[in-house]
Amino acid sequence: MNNRLINWFKYASPQSFYPLAGKMIPWFAAAGAVFGIAGLWIGMAVAPTDFQQGEGYRIIFIHVPASWMSMFIYLVMAFWAALGLAYNTRLSGMMAQALAPTGALMAFLSLWTGALWGKPMWGTWWVWDARLTSELILLFLYIGFIALQAAIDDPRRADKAGAVLALVGVVNIPIIYFSVKWWNTLHQGASVSLNRAPAMASLMLWGMLLMALAFWMYSIAIALYRARTIMLERERGTEWVKETLAAEGAK
Amino acid sequence: MNIHWSSFSDFLAMGGYGLYVWGSFGVTALVLIAEPIVAVRNRKALIARLKRQARAERGNNGSNKEQ
Repeated sequence: MNNRLINWFKYASPQSFYPLAGKMIPWFAAAGAVFGIAGLWIGMAVAPTDFQQGEGYRIIFIHVPASWMSMFIYLVMAFWAALGLAYNTRLSGMMAQALAPTGALMAFLSLWTGALWGKPMWGTWWVWDARLTSELILLFLYIGFIALQAAIDDPRRADKAGAVLALVGVVNIPIIYFSVKWWNTLHQGASVSLNRAPAMASLMLWGMLLMALAFWMYSIAIALYRARTIMLERERGTEWVKETLAAEGAK
Repeated sequence: MNIHWSSFSDFLAMGGYGLYVWGSFGVTALVLIAEPIVAVRNRKALIARLKRQARAERGNNGSNKEQ
């Protein structure tokens, strides 16, 4: 028990997390590519036409995964932020900072693909309804987090400020998720939920789940990659970074 | 698992939703390609900078004596 605890904390130091992350990135990237190809094949080549939305429904194969990731990445970011505030670990701030740009891009893709879906289906690119507005707020939260961290020179203080912002913003996540239930919105309800059978054909569902896995793997790979860069930058005065740089060549 | 489309132009047309479907997939592909490229560039730039700084430090400590 005690032993396990020590091992866990060992990886909380950038010095030991750096090589571990380096080993994991290719696996996550490869898994992302495999899931992505499988998901695209099922979603774009074999899945049937939707009886209501025609072929336009195929946008959901990226819209839903991107939307899920935009929310999930925010939760992970807030988790690291909370850990950083509570235990003052160096790794936490680095992870939160590494996740934010990918989260922002996912929120952007969610809004972008949503607009392209909304135009033919609803007849409008955008409405100020609860689901869309709260997702837009999520994008602004990410951008605010990035801007706040960039504006503060001392990385430890930047982490703290960013963490507070991230934690306050968490309240927005359940609002996004449940907005289609709580308010009478234009946005359709959840296509997949835990407590009932999915409201879609199985091939469509598989395509969507594979794409979601692909987005998941991609996000982990890119966030770990960025985290490694941040580690080198922030720990540049330390011996381990000097040794890593000497060993790593121009890689 | 039969292919749903009868021809490639059928696939491109997306039943009249081509602009919206490909507009979504195109921008997503762009983002997912650009993000890693930017990340790799940032990392390379940082490593080059840190190495320059390390060399400069070493230079100040020892081999600058000839000046």
